[in-house]
Amino acid sequence: MNIIVCIKQVPDTTEIKIDPVKNTLIREGVPSIMNPDDKGGLELALQMKDKYGANVTVITMGPPQADLILREAFAMGVDRAILLSDRKFAGADTLATSYALAGAIKTLDYDLIIAGRQAIDGDTAQVGPEMAEHLGLPQVSYVIDAEREKNGNFIVKKENEDSVQTLEVEGKCVLTVLASAFEARYMTVAGIVDAYNKEVEVWGADKLDVDENKLGLKGSPTKVWQSFPKQLKAPGEVFEVSEEEAVEIIVNKLKEKHLI
Amino acid sequence: MDIKDYKNVYVFAEQRGGMIQSVAYELLGKARDLADALGEKVVAMLLGHNVKDQAQSLIEMGADEVLVADCPELKDYLTEQYSQVVYQMICEGKPSIVLYGATTIGRDLAPRIASRLKTGLTADCTKLEIGIVEETGEKQFRSTRPAFGGNLMATILCPNTRPQMSTVRPGVMQKRVREAGRKGIITMFAPKFDTSKFKVKVIETKMNCKCADDIADAKILVSGGRGVHDKEGFNKLQALADVLGGMVASSRAMVDAGIMDHCFQVGQTGKTVRPNLYMACGISGAIQHLAGMEESDFIIAINKDKYAPIFSAADLGIVGDLHKIVPMLTERLKKEVEK
Repeated sequence: MNIIVCIKQVPDTTEIKIDPVKNTLIREGVPSIMNPDDKGGLELALQMKDKYGANVTVITMGPPQADLILREAFAMGVDRAILLSDRKFAGADTLATSYALAGAIKTLDYDLIIAGRQAIDGDTAQVGPEMAEHLGLPQVSYVIDAEREKNGNFIVKKENEDSVQTLEVEGKCVLTVLASAFEARYMTVAGIVDAYNKEVEVWGADKLDVDENKLGLKGSPTKVWQSFPKQLKAPGEVFEVSEEEAVEIIVNKLKEKHLI
Repeated sequence: MDIKDYKNVYVFAEQRGGMIQSVAYELLGKARDLADALGEKVVAMLLGHNVKDQAQSLIEMGADEVLVADCPELKDYLTEQYSQVVYQMICEGKPSIVLYGATTIGRDLAPRIASRLKTGLTADCTKLEIGIVEETGEKQFRSTRPAFGGNLMATILCPNTRPQMSTVRPGVMQKRVREAGRKGIITMFAPKFDTSKFKVKVIETKMNCKCADDIADAKILVSGGRGVHDKEGFNKLQALADVLGGMVASSRAMVDAGIMDHCFQVGQTGKTVRPNLYMACGISGAIQHLAGMEESDFIIAINKDKYAPIFSAADLGIVGDLHKIVPMLTERLKKEVEK
């Protein structure tokens, strides 16, 4: 079986802070990591490799520095790593990103494609389903478990707000995975050593099965018009008083607001 | 594509088990504002099996017209079945704007449609408005959403393709007051299915009964974080919620610790809530949590750490031990209720 996993390098958004004076994002010193849902997807692929035997290829689109997460993937146990890096990809929204990824995947052999549900920098959850559509494949999103049947079908569990569904997918498909369902394995020491001896393939737009007009900024129907740090509302009153007084303050406030 | 040919605001009216979901009504409320600003109509798309009797309800909540696709193939949500129908409705109706709930259904369906139509989609919007372009005086649809884990807000445009599509999380927009007997058009839509593309089938659906009541619908929420410590701590919050007639909710920390179920989680990776009262007990107030509750009408925070960021979002802050204050408050309120 050939499995392709799409991963992304993201800033660790839990480490981002707002400069209280300039009211801007502080990006310096924020570590770059493999997106958590993607890492969950990679773990699912590696579990399938352990169980059924498979060749696992990871693909990412990004700047040359994204090489780092591909090395990490090697150290976790993947067989092949491809970095899509070209100025023509720059400024891509989710549609243009999914189109480029699909254009790369079309040139490869695969039985299953796995992606994370969403990336923590954008939180859109759009690239997986948009890519599935470009490839004309069925998709299952919010995946928490997947198994392969002998006939090549997949039995997939997905988590909704109010239910867990078990679905059967006929043949090749795209799964988008929740990090919470897959505890990613650690890199092995031998794997880390090996990771730097292995080749990360760097592909430009000319290697892909695409119409170059649909890549990057040109191929992106959405435009960011403006962005701004979130305005916090004016803080309310804070009391540091005895418990008895605190209770009185709360009760009076609840009465004043007609909440009791 | 001549974008002038595209008119009207469409809403995907999500239903589950034949029940129209609250988020559909919330979207209709916002769609009404947008359509009025544009001088266009609000059209709801209702897909399912034996659901056509509910079309009038959508009209009473703001739709001018309802397109109903009612057939056995649409009983359960399945990506391809629903994509084919919504795609056909959009191709025939040429709306300028389409809105979807940012639920596990809407976030599965909307990107599929966007990719099929080759148009733009903006996820998890917290604000939708019709602005005026300064240079030309033209009306412009603007979608604002959080990015970078809620640290940054971005306003997104979709200037050259139609329709312009957005998803909105449940609890973010407000429903209109129901207008009983409101008149509108109900149109039955006959889908043309390409069944060769149907590759997914449902084997089993296990409902999660723990989530019978939805925290997004509660008027009062007593929410706990790391400072609550354990299940016993949550019992104290539950007692307070019972007196107030509210529900208990949770921060991510307590869900990750296995103490609370995910369906009670408020925040970026949980639910967005805007109750009349949100009491944050022992919650530090990470930006991902604030993103899910800061639109609440009134916020009370109880926390031992006076530097906790939750105090910057609270209308009333109490520096103190929730394990003492919450039970005392519960007793005090019981007396208040008896009066």
